[in-house]
Amino acid sequence: MTDVYILIELLQLSIYGIVLGSILTLGAIGVSMIFGILRFAHFAHGDLITVGAYVGMGFLMMTHAPVWTALPAGMIGAAIVAVLIDQTVYKRIRRTQPVILLISSFGIGLILRSLVQVIWGPNVYSFPGGIQRPWMVWELAIIPNHLWILLAAVVIVTALHLFLTRTRIGKAMRAMSDNMDLALVTGIPAERVIMITWLLGGALAAGAGVLLGMDSRLTPTMGWNILLPVFAAAIVGGIGRPYGAIAGGMLIGLAMEISTLFLEPSYKPAVAFLIMVAVLIVRPQGIFKGAW
Amino acid sequence: MEISGIAAYLVSFFTFVGIYAILALGLNMQWGFTGQFNIGIAGFFAVGAYTSAILTTPESPWHVGGFQHPFLVGVVGAVIASALVGLLIGAITARLRTDYLAIATIGIAETLRLVIANEGWLTNGVRGMSNIDRPFSDFFQAIGLSSAMGSLIVVAAFLAGVYFLVERARQSPWGRVLRAIREDEPATAAAGKNIGRFRLEAFVVGSAIMGLGGALYAHYFGFLSPEAFLPLYGTFLVWVMLIAGGSGNNKGALLGAVVIWTIWSGSEFVMSAGLPEGYTGYAGPLRVILIGVLLQVILITRPEGILPEKAPRAIAKGRRG
Amino acid sequence: MSLLQANDIYGGYGGADILNGASVRVEDNEIVVIIGANGAGKSTLMKAVFGLLHVRSGQVLYRGEDITNRKPEQMVGRGIAYVPQEHNVFPSLTVEENLEMGAFAIKGDLRPRLEKVFSVFPRLRERRRQDAGLMSGGERQMVAMGRALMIDPKLLMLDEPTAGLSPRLIDDTFERIREIRSLGIGVLMVEQNAKQALGVADRGYVLATGANRFEDTGKNLLDNREVAEMFLGG
Ligand SMILES: Nc1ncnc2c1ncn2[C@@H]1O[C@H](COP(=O)(O)OP(=O)(O)O)[C@@H](O)[C@H]1O
Ligand SMILES: [Mg+2]
Repeated sequence: MTDVYILIELLQLSIYGIVLGSILTLGAIGVSMIFGILRFAHFAHGDLITVGAYVGMGFLMMTHAPVWTALPAGMIGAAIVAVLIDQTVYKRIRRTQPVILLISSFGIGLILRSLVQVIWGPNVYSFPGGIQRPWMVWELAIIPNHLWILLAAVVIVTALHLFLTRTRIGKAMRAMSDNMDLALVTGIPAERVIMITWLLGGALAAGAGVLLGMDSRLTPTMGWNILLPVFAAAIVGGIGRPYGAIAGGMLIGLAMEISTLFLEPSYKPAVAFLIMVAVLIVRPQGIFKGAW
Repeated sequence: MEISGIAAYLVSFFTFVGIYAILALGLNMQWGFTGQFNIGIAGFFAVGAYTSAILTTPESPWHVGGFQHPFLVGVVGAVIASALVGLLIGAITARLRTDYLAIATIGIAETLRLVIANEGWLTNGVRGMSNIDRPFSDFFQAIGLSSAMGSLIVVAAFLAGVYFLVERARQSPWGRVLRAIREDEPATAAAGKNIGRFRLEAFVVGSAIMGLGGALYAHYFGFLSPEAFLPLYGTFLVWVMLIAGGSGNNKGALLGAVVIWTIWSGSEFVMSAGLPEGYTGYAGPLRVILIGVLLQVILITRPEGILPEKAPRAIAKGRRG
Repeated sequence: MSLLQANDIYGGYGGADILNGASVRVEDNEIVVIIGANGAGKSTLMKAVFGLLHVRSGQVLYRGEDITNRKPEQMVGRGIAYVPQEHNVFPSLTVEENLEMGAFAIKGDLRPRLEKVFSVFPRLRERRRQDAGLMSGGERQMVAMGRALMIDPKLLMLDEPTAGLSPRLIDDTFERIREIRSLGIGVLMVEQNAKQALGVADRGYVLATGANRFEDTGKNLLDNREVAEMFLGG
């Protein structure tokens, strides 16, 4: 009896884990791509996630369009924000050490978070849709939104995969990540590729943000709070390798949810952090083989 | 404001400057001297603050403690505890590239904040710890000074001590090796120096200094809660101070603490005076934006800070670092 | 007018000059080889010509046009392709993707260009779907040269194309380079295998401490006793 109960609990948590994992994956792919090409850990990525969620929500409030439109709206918004940040700030300090970009991005993150507070106030928002009745499948509760979240993440990742493998600029992104100097010698226009990288990174972050907002609520710190799990997913997957980020995201998402069997749920980010530290100690290059 | 009000404000102002200057000197030991990227300052700050508070506060039904050790024991405990945390983090990350250290330090800081907020038995959680005595308040009272003034004197004394020590360290052969590592790691390794050990030593010393800052904060402020250790206050301001002042240069760290704290606390006045009724809630985020933009402007226009380490040094070595 | 003319080049990596007045010239359809001891500045000279290193003094002319210190992108746009000495393929891209990157700026169908490269390096056609990072040293060198050929260059610059290859592959590589020249491409290459390289070269330069030491036809340099003592193993 209790065994069955634990099994059900475990399966239920695994479902949550996969949902969380797909959200983390979207963030981690962006972090990984940016790292691969610009060689720095983008600390404003969490707040880019927040911006995406709020832009999506703001779009709904203004247009009263169907809920799903928040996703493309947020993605476009955050993509533009990411490119603007790069053009006004990062681009000017890119020629110095990459670590300078690190501290700059930490500051940018705080600016974005504060801007969200200034524009939308400290109130907590939710996407329309209200509380959903879960479907009961066997003993498992399946929330309809979770299916949508998963589906959206799969569509976004598939689209990205096609972009990276089928388009010339996508291949150039992989090339630049492989070897920046050779890319320059080859005549690949670095600045254009970098701009596309920010567009995609921002859009993916917003994807994570809108989906996260659909799963819970929107707060100005929502993105900052999942930054650590996002980094953990990127590092576990092997930073600079976006495909590894998918596996990393799933692993971290599952671990975070399943840990609630034994730990306070508020320790979930710490669980992600501990796994990341363990991976850094054992395999600094990440645990998943293969490049892009 | 009356004269006494202004005086009290100035005492508080300079006490905070002193505490932040200590944090900035600690960071300078890590980033300025060795190029180690710690953005989890808030974590070390918190370890120091809570360690000293637990060691010195009277018995409380809300959290462990009741040791009632004197102030100096609290300080020593804080320094040891944060040094140990630094040792742990540093040992794990010593061989990894900078980005990993940055992520690991922010991870430990956030994890510590979660522990502080959730482990009520240890820290009284989000309700916070109170009844933390100001240093030597009986003594200062006896000579006719307020406990706040006493705190300022104690902070100033510790700051002077830390400054003296880090300046000595900087000019010592040890300090020269640290800078050599920062400038050209392969060459220093080729010269037979154990890079990992020097790095770790600098990281631990820097962490201990941050812990000291935390202890002084706890005893000045008298109350601790996880809020105080958000990355904004604990980490970000310290970084802006060091970068604005000029990293690698201890005088720059001091100057940066004064300048940035002046702007930060000055902006509070300006905002509360300037914002229309009903918008005062925006003061906080607007101040953060101000400091955030200031940081970007410094990084773009004067990355070596107000007081460069030497003549402005070229940061750009190789694009790919 | 020469295809390429680099006159009296001075420059370095930020410290002291590495190049102290080096000069090279390449005519259309010519194979020109640069030899010299390790550290003589051969790779540095190639980088300076291609705009990867700041030329402090001196001039690089391409068909008479001054291209000194232009960006690599502009070099490629003019029909100059460069293959660095090391790390000269994108390891996680397939062979075909590597080649495609070579022609990044070129609009339109790449298939005729791919066919041309495959006709010089038939092996690459067999391996087109393989990741370049998983290939042998010799195959990688083919990918690197193939990538450079994708822009239909007028001038191909090769930095030690035979380094680390087996004797049989070295012969084969020089054979390909001759073939490339027959397509109407001028070749400027740095070589350690001096004897063979001078054998295929029309002209050669011997570089020492960043300046020209000797300069002559390949055949005359092979016969030069001093050069022979220094580089050709007596
Ligand atoms: N990236 C670099 N930065 C600084 N010095 C370099 C760099 N590359 C090469 N050098 C120096 O320039 C000199 C010439 O090197 P190089 O041109 O590579 O010689 P080679 O003739 O063997 O190709 C050497 O002394 C080398 O140490
Ligand atoms: Mg060379």
